[in-house]
Amino acid sequence: MTVMTREQTEALIQEVLEVYPEQAKKDRSKHLAVNDPSLEKSNKCITSNKKSLPGVMTIRGCAYAGSKGVVWGPIKDMIHISHGPVGCGQYSRAGRRNYYVGTTGINTYGTMNFTSDFQEKDIVFGGDKKLDKLISEIDLLFPLNKGITIQSECPIGLIGDDIEAIAKKKGKELSKPVVPVRCEGFRGVSQSLGHHIANDAVRDWVLGARDEDNSFQTTPYDVAVIGDYNIGGDAWASRTLLEEMGLRVVAQWSGDGTIAEMELTPKVKLNLLHCYRSMNYISRHMEEKYGIPWVEYNFFGPTKIAESLRKIASYFDDSIKAGAERVIAKYTAEMEPVIAKYRPRLEGKRVMLYVGGLRPRHTIGAYEDLGMEVIGAGYEFGHNDDYDRTMKEMGDATLLYDDVTGYEFEEFVKKMKPDLIGSGIKEKYIFQKMGIPFRQMHSWDYSGPYHGYDGFAIFARDMDMTLNNPCWNKMNAPWKKSEAGEQKAAVSAA
Amino acid sequence: MPSVMLRKNEDGQITFYVAKKDLEETIVSLEFDTPTKWGGDIELSDGSKYYIEPCEEPKYPVTVRFKRERV
Ligand code: SF4
Repeated sequence: MTVMTREQTEALIQEVLEVYPEQAKKDRSKHLAVNDPSLEKSNKCITSNKKSLPGVMTIRGCAYAGSKGVVWGPIKDMIHISHGPVGCGQYSRAGRRNYYVGTTGINTYGTMNFTSDFQEKDIVFGGDKKLDKLISEIDLLFPLNKGITIQSECPIGLIGDDIEAIAKKKGKELSKPVVPVRCEGFRGVSQSLGHHIANDAVRDWVLGARDEDNSFQTTPYDVAVIGDYNIGGDAWASRTLLEEMGLRVVAQWSGDGTIAEMELTPKVKLNLLHCYRSMNYISRHMEEKYGIPWVEYNFFGPTKIAESLRKIASYFDDSIKAGAERVIAKYTAEMEPVIAKYRPRLEGKRVMLYVGGLRPRHTIGAYEDLGMEVIGAGYEFGHNDDYDRTMKEMGDATLLYDDVTGYEFEEFVKKMKPDLIGSGIKEKYIFQKMGIPFRQMHSWDYSGPYHGYDGFAIFARDMDMTLNNPCWNKMNAPWKKSEAGEQKAAVSAA
Repeated sequence: MPSVMLRKNEDGQITFYVAKKDLEETIVSLEFDTPTKWGGDIELSDGSKYYIEPCEEPKYPVTVRFKRERV
């Protein structure tokens, strides 16, 4: 199938909506749209950040996942207690692949699971005493921890425990930051509110810690990397570029990050914001309170990296600007053979994406650098401002789907026949069994990093490896081969 | 009375951001727009209208409270 026209895409949406009952159809139709890059504001054509319909398959997470899993979890030298029953923490343990350096269990705790393991009696009589005891035990067993966070699971909000009081008391007792986070899973419509709550907890309990203390030696080139979770080493691949152009990276939020870095962030000159969705709140706060400007950047694919490096450099003096040019020149030369090798193998292939916070729009440039085209994109938990930013990146008449349901996604794929799908583990096997090449774009499918120039080389290799894998023409049993061959011929003739 | 964060964007316009409402629009018209008297009835790029008691123009970014005007 060639590129679809606006009418065709609209017709496709209508066709897919057909099976829903009246009310559901009305509701879902607001979340599916045909892209029009000329529009400034997405709310004219797509609705987002609304409660998912009961009865459909959604892949959203909960507020606890947004706070514990995304924002706080990667802070490696703090211990994050999953406060409540054991399951929420245990089943999400170590799944996000945010790499860090350190010795787990001694001075870093990233892949461990700490939980208060609520039992019936804790629900009936309250869990505050248990939490108090638990925090003392943690500090005894893991004395090198630099702080503790209490990540509330659903029951905590339901039974009304006072975790703030315990946090204050234990914080004094241990003279370490103890941070209560009210991220009960039932809050909000998706993990997105969890990000916000986590940001607010950082603001209220961490950020001001060194306001009176000027002992930190600053330089005019201090920056913080905000919203990079170091999936497969992403933040490291980004950091090297920034350092090469002459900047000093004071803090990484929060991949491979520490509480000390967080506390020092108010001293930097510029905040570099990668994942806008999960950390714009704290960046806005720092701009207001400390006068630190923030700038969004995109480190996927040489084109966008060069653009971003120049944009970042524009906030600094000529030495940094020259540094940026030097970095771009050096790596552009390195990227040429990569593109020369993979572009011919990937040229013209069409991709559909359905991911989380920033990737549906940020990775478009990287695909385009390889001659590929993104024909459909959507966010699990995006807001209007995410779609505002996405619509400009996507081609005219491409498909947008917000909080897409399992059924809709499958139907879209059947009709649009993309050459590659990028989404999460829950979609992976459905589409692979349908015979469509698939990459997990949350965890980089156990590969990575994909950020930065080094990351792009890996990205290109992975896309080629997936798309041109010989397994895709072995989808039919050998004895059905002739039939399949005929079918294929029929399809290409049509 | 939503709490609104005002900031200047790259093009020098004032953006009007309400986190709770997922609203990020620019201000297209201000009743009073001088450093000493600023505010009054304002209109956003999506057409909605808000009101703030005229005051000195604040230093951006800043969080202030606005009244929503019923239309
Ligand atoms: S919704 Fe509640 S019970 Fe479920 S994982 Fe989230 S915090 Fe745990």
